[in-house]
Amino acid sequence: MRMQALAIAMVIVGGVSIFVMSLSTLDSLYETRESYYRDHHFAQVFASLKRAPLALIKRIREIPGVDKVETRVVAYVNLDVAGFDDPVSSHLLSLPDNSPGLLNRIYLRKGRLFEPGRDNEVLLSEEFARAHGLQAGDTLRATINGRRKSLTVVGRALSPEYIYQIAPGAMFPDYQRYGVLWMARKPLATAYDMDGAFNDVTLTLSKGGNEQDVIDRLDELLKPYGGIGAYARKDQLSNRFLSEELKQQQTIATVFPVIFLGVAAFLLNVVISRLVSLQREQIATLKAFGYSNFAVGVHYTKLVLMIVGLGVLGGIGAGIWMGKGMSNIYMEIYSLPFMIYVLKPQVIVAATLISMAVAILGTLYAVRNAARLPPAQAMRPEQPAVYRATIVERLGLQRWFSQPTRMILRHIERRPVKSLLTTLGIAMACGVMMIGGFQEGAIDHMVEVQYGMSQREDLIANFTEPTSLRALYSLRSVQGVDHVEGVRNVPARLQFEHRSYRTSVQGIQADGSLMRLLDTELNVIDLPAEGVVLTDYLAELLHIRPGDMLTIEVLEGHRPTVRVPVVGTAKEYLGVNAYMQREALNRLLKEGNAISGALLKVDARYQRDVYAELRDMPRIAGVVEQQSAIRAFYDTLAETILFFTFITTLLGATIAFGVVYNSMRIALSERNRELASLRVLGFERAEVAYILLGELALLTLLAIPLGMLIGYGLCGYLAFRFDTDLYRIPLVLGMNVYAFAATVVIVSAIISAIMIWRNLAHLDMVAVLKSKE
Amino acid sequence: MVQRDKQTTHEPLGEDVVFHVHGVTKVYQMGEVQVHALRGVALDLYRGEFTVLLGASGSGKSTLLNILGGLDTPTEGHVFYGERDLTRASEAELTRYRRYHVGFVFQFYNLIPSLTARENVAVVTEIAKAPMQPGEALQLVGLDERMDHFPAQLSGGEQQRVAIARAIAKNPDVLLCDEPTGALDSETGIVVLEALQRVNRELGTTTVVITHNAGIADMADRVIRLADGRISQVHVNQTKLAPGELSW
Repeated sequence: MRMQALAIAMVIVGGVSIFVMSLSTLDSLYETRESYYRDHHFAQVFASLKRAPLALIKRIREIPGVDKVETRVVAYVNLDVAGFDDPVSSHLLSLPDNSPGLLNRIYLRKGRLFEPGRDNEVLLSEEFARAHGLQAGDTLRATINGRRKSLTVVGRALSPEYIYQIAPGAMFPDYQRYGVLWMARKPLATAYDMDGAFNDVTLTLSKGGNEQDVIDRLDELLKPYGGIGAYARKDQLSNRFLSEELKQQQTIATVFPVIFLGVAAFLLNVVISRLVSLQREQIATLKAFGYSNFAVGVHYTKLVLMIVGLGVLGGIGAGIWMGKGMSNIYMEIYSLPFMIYVLKPQVIVAATLISMAVAILGTLYAVRNAARLPPAQAMRPEQPAVYRATIVERLGLQRWFSQPTRMILRHIERRPVKSLLTTLGIAMACGVMMIGGFQEGAIDHMVEVQYGMSQREDLIANFTEPTSLRALYSLRSVQGVDHVEGVRNVPARLQFEHRSYRTSVQGIQADGSLMRLLDTELNVIDLPAEGVVLTDYLAELLHIRPGDMLTIEVLEGHRPTVRVPVVGTAKEYLGVNAYMQREALNRLLKEGNAISGALLKVDARYQRDVYAELRDMPRIAGVVEQQSAIRAFYDTLAETILFFTFITTLLGATIAFGVVYNSMRIALSERNRELASLRVLGFERAEVAYILLGELALLTLLAIPLGMLIGYGLCGYLAFRFDTDLYRIPLVLGMNVYAFAATVVIVSAIISAIMIWRNLAHLDMVAVLKSKE
Repeated sequence: MVQRDKQTTHEPLGEDVVFHVHGVTKVYQMGEVQVHALRGVALDLYRGEFTVLLGASGSGKSTLLNILGGLDTPTEGHVFYGERDLTRASEAELTRYRRYHVGFVFQFYNLIPSLTARENVAVVTEIAKAPMQPGEALQLVGLDERMDHFPAQLSGGEQQRVAIARAIAKNPDVLLCDEPTGALDSETGIVVLEALQRVNRELGTTTVVITHNAGIADMADRVIRLADGRISQVHVNQTKLAPGELSW
């Protein structure tokens, strides 16, 4: 009984710990984010524009609902870090002179703010500085508005604006190849001809200010100045990634505990039912002495609550430990200056109450039977079990089965519900473990499809402004460049009926080989000469279908609004975009053969040289190298995935062990007499073990395929819940995921079997001869 | 282990010794109390003999039977089965001894509830060396009509006869019966005893029956009384009664 109680308590520990972990991590992230946003005055509305005079700030402040406004100069520049050959790009943000700023205040981790009069001092984002080991006093070179400039590092900082620090257009953070830098406003403005002007504005809302009104009016105001559309905090990239992460935590906080507590309820029911049938006589004696049904019921309920209490206590402890571990991992992944670990009392209360309620529910039936047994009936032994030949045998297969095999089959069939629940419990263990492996495989698949099949360039060069197609000739002439394709990207708001979405329209080369669109079967789509192809998820968001007319409001240049037919959808896991043939987009924009960037296929041997040459081209604003970004992403993710896989494996094994061990112990207790009798008749221990373990082996083997199905369903549910316009997680489960889950289940079963095998050595043959049923 | 000879004819009493029990003592530790179940028992059991071990509850008769059956080992003394000393046999050797040489009948039948009468017999014949057909064994105890019934569908007497069929189906050298009629009414008990007597007579199986019911003693070749762990009296019946003639 002690081991069984422990095994059940372990399953409860699993459920409670993941509940406490997820919810406390969730609360911690919320609390940390809120306090960070509040203390550092994170803006609520953001807008970029081409160039506007500082005087405009007065009119922005006059917009009803606006509280604080801060303008700044933002540039996207290429960096040259000594000892690092890959392309490095960064956002260079202006800071008001010698101050952390009014809004989006930086958190100065190390070093100092800028000294007046020095025009080459920069603060680096913490993650970027750490990735390169840059300290105060180190220098790096930047290409600022076409001119090389040496910058001196004066410290490291974090910002609420860059909790998730990711390069524009990239999908994964890469702290080596993308960074955020802060510089004094004056030198930056001078370099970009922004003296007395700004190209970026952020603001907060006053109490009761209407966000959408402010955004609309701000857009109106900034339109003549090249504004590309203001957006709210909820659409701010870093904040969105964080929100999605929080949403995922919430899903995990519900799915896992439900599975665990369900299994625990089942196990408690099984164990208590058995206990009650073993203690029939004691129950009868107690009742004969005048104990009430209620008192007997309370006795068993207390026992259940003791087991649950043990599980809850352990679970809370483990949950806090895992929650802190998880929070620390988040602090690493996200650039958070601190982490406030929050463990709300209501989480503990909820964990305790839910576990107890579920456990009592699970044992209610058995306890009720114990309490309601009339004393006289309880004193009599239970009726001998009634068996019959199983369906399999009645089909005529009987003669193929030995007597022990028949015993196994009949025992399973006599208690179909219990056998089913046991199978289901083991299957759940298998399913839970597949979730751990699923994430890794899904990301592999995303990367393979996105960067192996769809975007196949080695380097992306972005121009400072739209350029003639002729620019491609000079790129082609660079030694080591094998192939070049021009692209025209333009920011736009897409609208269908009342729904709209802000993204970019990408004009790509019709017969290009570097940027290809794929259909659901991952076959390459031929882009029609006219019309637009949407990412499938975007089409769903807009509720638009091929054949419908999409309204595109271009947010660049003279900002035309046009209507274009949707001609297809493309499968993409990362981001959402609209695609057209480049020429068609050019025509739409009433411009010549313009491109805003180029995709390059480069001979690997010359990649560094090509990059060095591109960096020196004044019209190139930034170069992105995709492959290394992916590798870096894997490094970042490896730790989280490992931790998560470790936890799901541990939990899965706990369930598998809990279910198998308990089932075996119950079976051993129920069939003790039968098995001991067989030992008396000359059966060897292994032959007796076959009858007991064979049943569980059969149920385990049945559970594995079922568990794989459940795992597939669970992963599908998570993938569905995790879908966002930032990324969609494909439901791809490799053979290794199935194999791993099955292996852990089998190993857990074998460990239980070994423990039972040892119990079988102590079957009391003498006692069974003298005992009634 | 020696291959068992198949005995089909009744051999006269005392011709050869199956069990030679010598100075057997058994002490149980029950909590802090030492219980002397057997105190220096010595006896021989002969091939084909029908022996009744008679004694009150606590006299040590079950302990003696368990030791003869290889289920328990004595604290002191020796038990020879033919040439072999059971007290020196390993766990595995004792299992093999029970498997190939001993047939057990228990007070509470100990049938496998998930197997039919025939299958309960087959469970033993499947692992025996030269068994009879399960049907044949059941016929011998008069149950050929109810072979496909499960234990829950059989009366107590019928269940005990299935147990006897199961015990004899392997053609054991000895049949050890622990209070075979203990849980039965007299009428059913007689049917069961008739089955035992028939097996002993027709197959010549050495049979040991333990009981606290003195009436049963009259059907034995020899009656051994036990009291306080010692043999108090050995009595050879000159004329055996048929089970139907026993005064219960």
